[in-house]
Amino acid sequence: MRAPGTVFRHGLIWTALLLAVGAPVAVAAQSPLLEWRDTVYVLGGFAGIIAFSLMLVQPLLVAGDLPMLSGRTGRRAHVFLGLAIAALIGVHVVGLWVTSPPDIIDALLFRSPTPFSAWGVVAMWAVFASGVLAALRFRLRPRIWRLAHSGLVVVIVAGSVVHAVQIQGTMGTISKVALCGLIVLAVARALAGRKVWKLLFRVRSSR
Amino acid sequence: MPVLRPTRRTMLALTGAAVGAAATTGVSGGLHPARAQSVAPTPTMRGGANNYRPGAPIVERIGGGGFAMTGTVRRAGDGMPLPNQRIQIWAHTTEGHERDPHSHGATLTDANGVFRMDMPQIVPAFGQPHGHLAYDAEHGDGGFETVFLRPVMKSASDTQLDVEFVLKPA
Repeated sequence: MRAPGTVFRHGLIWTALLLAVGAPVAVAAQSPLLEWRDTVYVLGGFAGIIAFSLMLVQPLLVAGDLPMLSGRTGRRAHVFLGLAIAALIGVHVVGLWVTSPPDIIDALLFRSPTPFSAWGVVAMWAVFASGVLAALRFRLRPRIWRLAHSGLVVVIVAGSVVHAVQIQGTMGTISKVALCGLIVLAVARALAGRKVWKLLFRVRSSR
Repeated sequence: MPVLRPTRRTMLALTGAAVGAAATTGVSGGLHPARAQSVAPTPTMRGGANNYRPGAPIVERIGGGGFAMTGTVRRAGDGMPLPNQRIQIWAHTTEGHERDPHSHGATLTDANGVFRMDMPQIVPAFGQPHGHLAYDAEHGDGGFETVFLRPVMKSASDTQLDVEFVLKPA
């Protein structure tokens, strides 16, 4: 039996998380721009927004901050959510490709006129690389795995935040900036909690 | 006041200025006047040709109108306005996506090299509120090199956009 205080605290954490992840998506769903976009474009856009919002949950799962999803369960959820984010990025790219093929080809080839495209594409490759790395995880030395995954996370978060902030799209400005801030804080906290910089130091000094 | 009491320093400065002015006049007199006021050609912008439809028809307006795409077409070098030049315009608007044929239309410049297209309101797409314009040598008189532009509006609520073409003779 859990104490009533614990239940209340757990409820509060989950409510706050659902709000932090759901509010930016809900605000975007109210955007007037949606009226002038067809279904494929809307799906492509929201796949990107949801993938970005889920990036807030990932570091919390690793840090064991989420009640009932700590330890082994939390790490499993982290893997599952990572795959979901990769899949959503796939939907994002395909949806936009169908909407305007030359714009996506430009973005993928790093010749787009919009500065945010390159940041998004770099973050996308870092997410896919994370997936490949995770599949190879048990063939890697634990230290190498953690360093490489943490490095990719930094690229993913920096790329995604700059990508999102520069876009004039369906996301609301305030909820978008707030989500960016929360993601950066959560990732910084998780990396700090895992003492990743110490790994970096040990790898260097062992040479 | 120093101006009323010329010192050696002010006299030197005045003489220097006079010599400088004479030198400038002499140099510019030796050049072609057209060179001195040369107008540089407009370069094609990145992504400018995306979703272009070669040979889109000349139209009175695109869709219901409400947004003014205006501009001038001039010749590089002397900056002379170019009449009767065909400019194609397209964008993501309240009435359609960029790739939709009905989002495209062409117009001709008047005697002063000015064009004006009434089109539906441009709305942000692919992250920026932007339009597309083309001067296509294949569908023009062929006297100038092809240029594709992709101007971005200062604000998504702007209801007009002014664009300048300076074409390079082919």
